[in-house]
Amino acid sequence: MGLGQQHPRLKDPAGALDRVFREEYGRVVATLIRQVGDFQLAEDAVQEAMASALVNWPKAGVPRNPAAWLTTTARRKAIDRIRRAQTLSRKQRELEYLTRIDQTGTTPEESVDSVVQDDRLRLMFTCCHPALNREAQVALTLKTLGGLSTAQIARSFLAAETTMAQRLVRAKRKIRQAGIPYRVPPDHQLPDRLASVLTVLYLIFNEGYSASEGDDLIRHELCEEAIRLGRTLAELMPDEPEVLGLVALMLLQNSRAGARIRDGELVLLEDQDRGSWDSDAIAAGATLLEEALRRSQIGPYQLQAAIAAVHATAPSAAATDWDEICLLYARLAEMQPSPVVMLNYAVAVAMSKGPPAGLQMMERLGEQLASYYLFHSARAELLARVGQIEESRQAYQRSLELVENTTEQRFLLRRMAALDRDA
Amino acid sequence: MKYALLIYGAEADRGDATPEQQSQVLAEYGKFTESINEAGINLGGEALDDSTTATTVRVREGETLTTDGPFAETREQLGGFYLIDVPDLDEAIAVAARLPGSKYGSVEVRPVWDWANNTPA
Repeated sequence: MGLGQQHPRLKDPAGALDRVFREEYGRVVATLIRQVGDFQLAEDAVQEAMASALVNWPKAGVPRNPAAWLTTTARRKAIDRIRRAQTLSRKQRELEYLTRIDQTGTTPEESVDSVVQDDRLRLMFTCCHPALNREAQVALTLKTLGGLSTAQIARSFLAAETTMAQRLVRAKRKIRQAGIPYRVPPDHQLPDRLASVLTVLYLIFNEGYSASEGDDLIRHELCEEAIRLGRTLAELMPDEPEVLGLVALMLLQNSRAGARIRDGELVLLEDQDRGSWDSDAIAAGATLLEEALRRSQIGPYQLQAAIAAVHATAPSAAATDWDEICLLYARLAEMQPSPVVMLNYAVAVAMSKGPPAGLQMMERLGEQLASYYLFHSARAELLARVGQIEESRQAYQRSLELVENTTEQRFLLRRMAALDRDA
Repeated sequence: MKYALLIYGAEADRGDATPEQQSQVLAEYGKFTESINEAGINLGGEALDDSTTATTVRVREGETLTTDGPFAETREQLGGFYLIDVPDLDEAIAVAARLPGSKYGSVEVRPVWDWANNTPA
């Protein structure tokens, strides 16, 4: 990061600093948490350091290593905070420890480059620890690693800011009081714990890609944040093919985000303008997927990415290789026989072997997916194709009763209206 | 850190157990206790009698009120506890997962309040 030398005086200090903060926040907080042993103190100290940077950097220029500057400054702010509040013996111990770090002579650059990578990994695993509930995992990840404000996270999940603030406070308190360790789990726990991290990242992505409630169908900032965090994780754990698979999957899905909405309305995959898909994202996703598949440890995210890649590289909807997609779903269903996977498998079968075969597979899912709106809309679609118009209308009706996103509501209403026209 | 492992189970099911099953469970607990003794992390613990033998006490306006039965009627009742000392929650969870009670019912892992490092909540 050589920003400082080239721009000793910043033309747009606020914008440039904002970018640096966004990129470095997770790094700096992760290191501070390890050094001060407390999420809240670390976050407060980093906030203070950033406020100092806003005053200092426009005058002195952005330092050569902004993360190191912020880490050192934040550590000193933390020492000040502890000094001001030193009434307890524990704080005295923390203070000695921190002062020692500050005086050991290791240059900030060294300490940042050698251990910070591990710190971000520690932070990811701690935020996604199974002793925290899923909502807390998601919020903590976005707050501490993503550097999103509580207000931004609350907006993204349509929660009240106070609710989100309470959720974060409660989670941080639990980490401290219950003794959730700040470390990368040992090998025997790693597969389970990594799965939890990947679930959280994909959940963030999906909430952005297909917002469950509200008026906007896509919240791009959540998709981008999930991809950014996924890339960081892939950098830190380059030997985990499922991490690469997840990043590939998110990139491939996100490449269509711009084409999914036209004039505020949802556009089905088969009707999308393929020319407007993001070809860079598709290429990047395909490369990552290849890299993952070379490790010969196939997993659910790699399979889903492979399915997304078949769609992304089909020259037209009609030319989509549905037989290949069916094979991939068969493999996925073996590994992850969830009702939702089976539903997607049934849709692929309908496209490959005809609607009756797909409908037959769906009948078996009716009970488990009774309250899943996409089950009813997919079924309605196939029923319409085999000419069962009345049954199709009922299925659309059921789907409408269950859907909460207004863009998707309008989409379903249009499909229902088309039934009458075609009948 | 010190953790209480609170063992919950359905007392109703306990009556259905055959003498063989009961002695098997006892043997499992014996083995578990031995393993945490050897690891040097056992600070103590007890099995509790049925919640039907419990008496709940409240003092209101200087008057002692007693109720027959446990504080709350739930499907699973507190049946015993261990107190352990391990470095962190991951270790405590690993120990709880070896506790026979986690197989038959559930085990709640609760950190013990640390008076030295906390001001009262």
